[in-house]
Amino acid sequence: MPVVDENAAIRLQDVSFRWPGRSGFGFEVSHLEVARGQTMFLVGPSGSGKSTLLSLICGIVAPDSGRVEIDGEDLGALSAARRDRLRAERIGIVFQMFNLLPYASALDNVLLALAFAPGRRRRLKGREREEALRLMGALGLPSSLVATAPAAELSVGQQQRVAVARALIGDPGIIIADEPTSALDAAAQSAFLDILFDLVGDVGATLLMVSHDERLAGRFDRVASLTEIARTQMAHTGRSSAEAA
Amino acid sequence: MILLRLAYRSLLNRRLTAILTVFAVALSVALFLGTEKVRTGARASFADTISGTDLIMGARSGGVQLLLYSVFRIGNATNNVTWQSYRDIASRPEVAWTVPLSLGDSHRGFRVLGTTDAYFEHYRYRGGRPLAFAEGGRFKDLFDAVVGADVARELGYEIGDEIVVAHGIASFTKHDDKPFRVAGILAKTGTPVDRTVHVSLEAIEAIHVDWRGGARIPGAEVSAEEVRRMDLSPRAITAALIGVKSRLQVFTLQRAINEYPEEPLLAILPGIALQELWGIVGIAETALSVVSLMVVATALLGLATMILSSLNERRREMAILRAVGARPWTILALLVTEAGLLSLAGVLLGAAMLYAGLFALRPLIDDAFGLYLTIDPPTPRELVMLAGVVAAGLLVSFLPAIRAYKMSLADGMSVKI
Repeated sequence: MPVVDENAAIRLQDVSFRWPGRSGFGFEVSHLEVARGQTMFLVGPSGSGKSTLLSLICGIVAPDSGRVEIDGEDLGALSAARRDRLRAERIGIVFQMFNLLPYASALDNVLLALAFAPGRRRRLKGREREEALRLMGALGLPSSLVATAPAAELSVGQQQRVAVARALIGDPGIIIADEPTSALDAAAQSAFLDILFDLVGDVGATLLMVSHDERLAGRFDRVASLTEIARTQMAHTGRSSAEAA
Repeated sequence: MILLRLAYRSLLNRRLTAILTVFAVALSVALFLGTEKVRTGARASFADTISGTDLIMGARSGGVQLLLYSVFRIGNATNNVTWQSYRDIASRPEVAWTVPLSLGDSHRGFRVLGTTDAYFEHYRYRGGRPLAFAEGGRFKDLFDAVVGADVARELGYEIGDEIVVAHGIASFTKHDDKPFRVAGILAKTGTPVDRTVHVSLEAIEAIHVDWRGGARIPGAEVSAEEVRRMDLSPRAITAALIGVKSRLQVFTLQRAINEYPEEPLLAILPGIALQELWGIVGIAETALSVVSLMVVATALLGLATMILSSLNERRREMAILRAVGARPWTILALLVTEAGLLSLAGVLLGAAMLYAGLFALRPLIDDAFGLYLTIDPPTPRELVMLAGVVAAGLLVSFLPAIRAYKMSLADGMSVKI
């Protein structure tokens, strides 16, 4: 029985998972831990099991065996509904692109993060709108732009910043970013990371960012390679990536 | 609630397809309700054609055939009833009144009916309503005619106008030597009476005095003045309406007529014959209902297709909702709710279209088909049907909703486009 580290925000131990279906993609992680308040960068080329790992951490799927813990809570022991709730309360997610509902305003997109998270809502004490506007202001988005115009009218860079505001609002504690800069050009990438680190640092949130682009790794507390942490396997070939490598 | 607001925005974002879908549902619902209205309206006005008559008597043939020519003025009698037989039956003790009917001639596409004043006395429609005169009155002279409301309106007749009766139903030979004068115009009834030209039995006799076998007897023409001095008691009639003194005697009398020894006769109960006839016509009615139900089903399938085809473009929406903590059930509920609201909107719009259509078209339908549609609030039966459409809309939406549910589980933590 491994010692539970109370300071771990995210912890995976002896996890194995296979997507249902014949061509199910197999995925194994023996150990991964992200300490609370830490910023971690995971390098992973496509096919390295990135989205499977994120699905496990976010509780979208449950592992076939092993433990996935968020703030010390084992997701495997929770029902799907409780996992959804936990994700809503504790994790903010920034996708590669297409983060926003294009027809809704940026403001509504940010407030959507609170729809399933009464705990995050409570923390804001009825000042949800103000906080959303404050965050977007801090991210350099003018309030005239975010309140009414549909999100589809924003530039890609602006949309990514709205996604950061959505991930941060109500202080969920953990931010998961899945290639958040890959749709941006080099200058915008740097500016985006500056602003992300500022805000994450302000609230002391844990940040786990996954990307194939190693050049971004410089400013993170920890850097690891997904291919070293995880073994993937295609069901129909039975060949594991570790053996191939 | 932000979710509902976003669901509304999402729908607004797809408003063109959504509006078209609602319209398809609305049109189908309007068609369906309209068919119901026409159906019940037709049935009611059909059953209302004749009332208060206990028996209809004619030469022996089929009951429906007798009803068709005596009441609906459709088709022809194969045989006549001799005046002697008619007098015999009419003088039986059970009989309260009789109305003799003599058919066979026409006037510009309308049937000519020879009868007596008793017709205006005893003919009843729509639950016992008597015939009323819009203008003029009954026959006063031998060559007086009383025309139905449609006849007067379509041919533009007024009291005093002269009309000529043609021999037979579709014939070019005319009784133009003995013209009639319009003495009365009946008020609209919504029955075949509206399309009938009524003359006296004696007048039917008079115009045929110098005819044999469908043509005038050459050299034996009798003028209109001469005919007045002749004996014009009828030799035969086509049918007769009979009222009995007591309802209990209807079957006794019916049997007596059916077993009349001198001549093969037939007596029918109009209510039963009407039902029998409606049983034949009713197949069309059922077909109409089935077709309109099919249209509703098609519209609902269109609704399901619309939602189904929107799923791919909405994968992003669903992934985002999942990412912020929505349960797959929430996504299923959103889709089903959307379908429910669309069907509800369709049903309400359809009902509104129907009532607007009824108000606008009722006079035209009444004019064109003699079909008077009532404008009532929806009946419980119709409300149940409308609720059924919404329920069916919800039901078919489970098809795309379950697919979305599966997709949102399978997509995991990635946004697919």
